[in-house]
Amino acid sequence: MLDRRCDSLAQAFEGIGDGARVMVAGFGEAGRPNMLIKALLDSGIKDIDLISNNAGDGETGLAALFYAGRVRKLTCSFPRGAMRELAMELVTSGRMELEVMPQGTLAERIRAGGCGIPAFYTPTSFGTLIAEGKETRHFNGRGHVLETAITAEIGLVKAHKADRYGNLTFENLARNFNPLVAAAATCTIVEADEIVELGDIDPNNVHSPGIFTNHLFTTRPVPEDSWQDWKETA
Amino acid sequence: MTPLTRDGIAARLAQDIQDGWHVNFGIGMPELVANYLPEGREILLHSENGILGMGPYPDEKDIDWTLINAGKKPITMIKGASLFDHAWSFGIVRGGHLELCVLGGYQVAPNGDLANWARDADDPLPAIGGAMDLAAGAQRIYVMMTHNANNGAAKLLTSCTYPLTGAGIVKKVFTDLAVIEVTDDGFLVTDMIPGLSREELQARSDAPLAFSDTIADLTDRAA
Repeated sequence: MLDRRCDSLAQAFEGIGDGARVMVAGFGEAGRPNMLIKALLDSGIKDIDLISNNAGDGETGLAALFYAGRVRKLTCSFPRGAMRELAMELVTSGRMELEVMPQGTLAERIRAGGCGIPAFYTPTSFGTLIAEGKETRHFNGRGHVLETAITAEIGLVKAHKADRYGNLTFENLARNFNPLVAAAATCTIVEADEIVELGDIDPNNVHSPGIFTNHLFTTRPVPEDSWQDWKETA
Repeated sequence: MTPLTRDGIAARLAQDIQDGWHVNFGIGMPELVANYLPEGREILLHSENGILGMGPYPDEKDIDWTLINAGKKPITMIKGASLFDHAWSFGIVRGGHLELCVLGGYQVAPNGDLANWARDADDPLPAIGGAMDLAAGAQRIYVMMTHNANNGAAKLLTSCTYPLTGAGIVKKVFTDLAVIEVTDDGFLVTDMIPGLSREELQARSDAPLAFSDTIADLTDRAA
């Protein structure tokens, strides 16, 4: 029987050690898998090699991983927001490595990772600081920069609807990086607003086919005050 | 002479957006242009996080946090909108499908170079977002900015001193004092605010300016 549904959030991260590369989908708070981020925090995994477009806001959600000191490296396009000061401190003190790239390059590197394309040329960033040290090549008279694919051991995804095969739909602009991350991670963990019966999602409207989903949970709200729980064991 | 307000610059820029264009407005000042799109033109707004057909900001009671723009502000969708993932969205950008992108600017050079993402190459916390992809991908880049920095420094420079967002990509610059085309021969002024002399405009610019045979009056359409 092909059933991606799981009960235990703790089991979802079993066998994942410190230093794991984890990709988190979402843009701002839209399509951000906050229940899974909380489970990652609760798992105690350290030295996370984190890939996420944003670094989070406030002290909850994604930002809590930084406050708890769990992130060794952040790969993103925009490390600013409400936790800018913390990010600055982590980077300048050498406690966190930072790799920043154009947003479309990040998206395409993740897409390529999920699709078996090891590298690609993009016109983005040619002639800028970001292209320094990278291979470049001209196509049709225009300069391009070689960028490599990104994959991860774990991908955290937020869906709107899911079925037990792991087929997913996303709502409005909560789609963003979600289908890309689903494909690019070896183990894709999904939280969905609703898990529906097989056939309830019109095959024409599947945004991410089930083959990419490994573990599937129903989203439950994370109590706002529980984001500070890590302090008790720190 | 009265320099244009930010809304005045937006309203002037909006006049140059044609019916049927697909347009991305960068975060910040360019977002204002959406308020001044000329009546009778159908212009579809793109946002990097995956939409064509972005509508106005919603009323407080209608906010849906799955409907946000690249600046993470709540938006609405117009009838006929389409949604797609981030890879497709930047495929639209990089693939040259957008007729126009409007970006803010720190510095622009006569060769079309734009600097708008960092004032310091050694910033420990650089933030790029989608600006470099938009700069590289849109069919034309218009830059919207004040003519001078807060400290009076020129922003139209012989060559940019800040890190580049894109090389050779700017087609037009809209400031609070003038509209300037970027041509093969450098900057060409086409519009100026009344009462400003060519000498004064040149004095407030570092790069040499050429002037069109006829200079249009740059008036505040937003006022």
